[in-house]
Amino acid sequence: MITARLLSGRMTPWDVAFLLLLLAVAMVVPLLNLIPGPDSSFHISAYMVSVLGKYLCYALLALAIDLVWGYCGILSLGHGAFFGLGGYAMGMHLMRNIDGRGVYGHPVLPDFMVFLNWDELPWYWLGFDMFPFAMLMVVLAPGALAFLLGWFAFRSRVTGVYLSIVTQAMTFALMLAFFQNDLGFGGSDGLTDFRDLLGVSLTADGMRSGLFAASAIILALAYLACRLIVSSKLGRVLVGVRDAEARLRFLGYRAERFKLAVWTFSAMLAGIAGALYVPQVGIINPGEFAPAKSIEAVVWVAVGGRGFLVGGPIGAVVVNAFKTFFTGNFADYWLFFLGGLFVLVTLFLPQGLFGWARDRLAGRKGGDGP
Amino acid sequence: MVARSDPRRSPRILSAWFASLLFIMLGATAFAAVPGGDLTAEQLERLGERNLRVVETAVADIAASGSPVALEVLRALQDGRLYRRDADGVMLVSVRVGGAQVYSDPLAGTLGEELADADVTLVRVSNRIRRVLSAAIASLSLDSEDPAVRLAAARQFIDSPDSALLEAIETALVDEADGRVRNELEVARAAAIASDPAQSEDARREAVDRLAEAGSNRARRVLIGMFIEEGSELDVRRDAAVEVIDRNLARWQQVQNLWFGLSLGSVLLLAAMGLAITFGVMGVINMAHGEMIMIGAYTTFVVQGILRGISPALAEVSLLIALPVAFLVAGLIGVFIERTVIRRLYSRPLETLLATWGISLILQQLVRTFFGASNQRVETPSWLAGSMEFGQIMITYNRLAILIFALVMLAAVILLLKKTPLGLHIRAVTQNRKMAESMGIRSDRVDMLTFGLGSGIAGVAGVALSQIANVSPNLGQGYIIDSFMVIVFGGVGNLFGTLVGAMTLGITTQLVEPSLGAVAAKVLILVFIIIFIQFRPRGLFPQKGRAAE
Repeated sequence: MITARLLSGRMTPWDVAFLLLLLAVAMVVPLLNLIPGPDSSFHISAYMVSVLGKYLCYALLALAIDLVWGYCGILSLGHGAFFGLGGYAMGMHLMRNIDGRGVYGHPVLPDFMVFLNWDELPWYWLGFDMFPFAMLMVVLAPGALAFLLGWFAFRSRVTGVYLSIVTQAMTFALMLAFFQNDLGFGGSDGLTDFRDLLGVSLTADGMRSGLFAASAIILALAYLACRLIVSSKLGRVLVGVRDAEARLRFLGYRAERFKLAVWTFSAMLAGIAGALYVPQVGIINPGEFAPAKSIEAVVWVAVGGRGFLVGGPIGAVVVNAFKTFFTGNFADYWLFFLGGLFVLVTLFLPQGLFGWARDRLAGRKGGDGP
Repeated sequence: MVARSDPRRSPRILSAWFASLLFIMLGATAFAAVPGGDLTAEQLERLGERNLRVVETAVADIAASGSPVALEVLRALQDGRLYRRDADGVMLVSVRVGGAQVYSDPLAGTLGEELADADVTLVRVSNRIRRVLSAAIASLSLDSEDPAVRLAAARQFIDSPDSALLEAIETALVDEADGRVRNELEVARAAAIASDPAQSEDARREAVDRLAEAGSNRARRVLIGMFIEEGSELDVRRDAAVEVIDRNLARWQQVQNLWFGLSLGSVLLLAAMGLAITFGVMGVINMAHGEMIMIGAYTTFVVQGILRGISPALAEVSLLIALPVAFLVAGLIGVFIERTVIRRLYSRPLETLLATWGISLILQQLVRTFFGASNQRVETPSWLAGSMEFGQIMITYNRLAILIFALVMLAAVILLLKKTPLGLHIRAVTQNRKMAESMGIRSDRVDMLTFGLGSGIAGVAGVALSQIANVSPNLGQGYIIDSFMVIVFGGVGNLFGTLVGAMTLGITTQLVEPSLGAVAAKVLILVFIIIFIQFRPRGLFPQKGRAAE
């Protein structure tokens, strides 16, 4: 109720439509997976549920990027790092849940540690067998990294392309580090061979549908939270940072604090996205930290349209649907398509698909977006 | 150090056995036999026998013959290039000529012929024969005209010291004019004396000192392998000598790391130079910069292929021809990108970053479509192959050439910026675009030329890097982040800063790497730079200006 009052007058019809769509999807997709028989034309296969669930995780990642890029002007080329850290935190929990059912059958140690002849669990793996602790780490680990980087970077006014490059270097460094076997995160193979979550097998139909519904609902909640932020006074300050940081500072605002707060929050959202992604995909490896992954996520937002919140999720779903289609049919042309998308969207669709469609519907050209 | 229990000395029984074997064979035949005795086909055929003793004697006989063919045959045997023709049992030496395997009869001196693989059988060498062979080859080589061959032979003697060879070494020393070969022969003599327990205590002590003076890893191995009574004066002296060498080698290790660092720094400098110009002038991050390097490398590959088709002699100079071609190809692509994409995005640097990333994906995929995803082989011309010795370290010519080339390029670009009208315009636009425009400089034309210049330089860098990197569609990806780090570190728009940044990062990486490992070193450098820009957000050598930012 409080939320409703807070949001009254702040929600656009688009927000309502998007949230209703999410709720509908959260109910319909699992139902169509569980109720009709496999032969029915309404049936959605378990594989398809996982694919759609993956899209929702990407949508949440895109939302997180849009929050900082569209409203605060921070182009992060390293959100994949936060996504990956959240994913690894979830992966560690799932690894601990294997409980001696691994290939080597060790009661505590994951297979790769047995393989490396380790005798005991490294200290940073302790506690991950507990679900609440693991979930805490899903937001804390990316949050802490973002806070640290942001604290340093914003304080010394590293902005624009410099900041982008620093974030890219961050995720690149993490990728190199996680490829190392002796770091204790499974090296290049990453974490996989998961069994169950909260006592339910990950391959069970109910589990897949449950994860899907959870992804949709969490996305909706995150969307509400982001809307709350950007429509509050804080949001106004953020837009001020985006458009004229120096002027805002002259007015007496500590711009770096606002940036740091929203940056850290965005990283936590990305971490949650990663945590939802891992059980649905069944693996997390250092490839998630590759700079190309992060920058690809940025283009989802550019395609959907930045500065609207709803654009990021739209772009993530649209681009990834294309990706699934291309890699299935014309794998060689996917990079042409993706590369062309980068160029054409930045040149001709500065407001993305959503901005373009909205302006068309409103019957005007150009807009008041960024 | 406890002499007897040291595991490094355990092979000494084996080496003693070989030494005595060598003594019997070489001492009795090679140096005592009548010189000028010629090779017969029968002797050669005995090399293919199963019985090892027969082969050993055959090797010794051939070595003793002193025939110029002997060295060629023994080398071929050692390298696994000696074949027997199944039809008549004649021994043939095979050589690879332009991709084809050619066999020739060393005695007949005939030109090679191509044979089917089924018609010939490779003469295999057991490890036992291999030891005998290398000693035989070494002693034959001491007579060679080529100082490099004599040097290798002298080193062979140090590696398997044998007092039976002392006489040969002394003889060689008398005539040796080349200082380096002389030096190695003296060490070889010291090694032979030091390793022989039958020599007098004084002579061995002197030899140990000579080995310590040599300071090389080779000499160290000789010292470690010596027969010495434990706790004797000689033992103490030997341990001291080993320590002296260890200190010397540790010093050289640092020199080696420094050299690797300079080499890596020059690679970074080459990769970052073009970016320094485009980023400095336009404030545009060109994510496709790495792909320009890649295109330069592929241009080299294509140019080399075409020239080799025309004449092998031209292939030798293909790198020199590829330089201007790569500059033009990459430069024109750069101009095209600037005209079509970047020009439209000048007020939006973050979007430029995304668009150029898209261009890099397209360029990579284009190259992958035309050339395939696998690595392409760019040949190293013979004048860049090989290496030279500098004290205890090796310096390969291609790395040295890249270092020199990077510095020459840097000088050329600085000259271009300081002494030409275009350079003047570029500097004016870099410092204050609006003011430059007011003065009548056509800044959009300067932008186009600058971008072409930066891309062209990247293409030229690609020619150089094709010598040390894998020429694949992903070539550029590996350099892009490093290049940005160099520029962020050195300061934008300042080529001197780029030089200092590249060399600092290169040397630091290589100095840290031995103790931490390559990946940790890289991570550490990235973390270091992230912290560094806290304190110098505009790099080591920031541009001076009055803009309130």
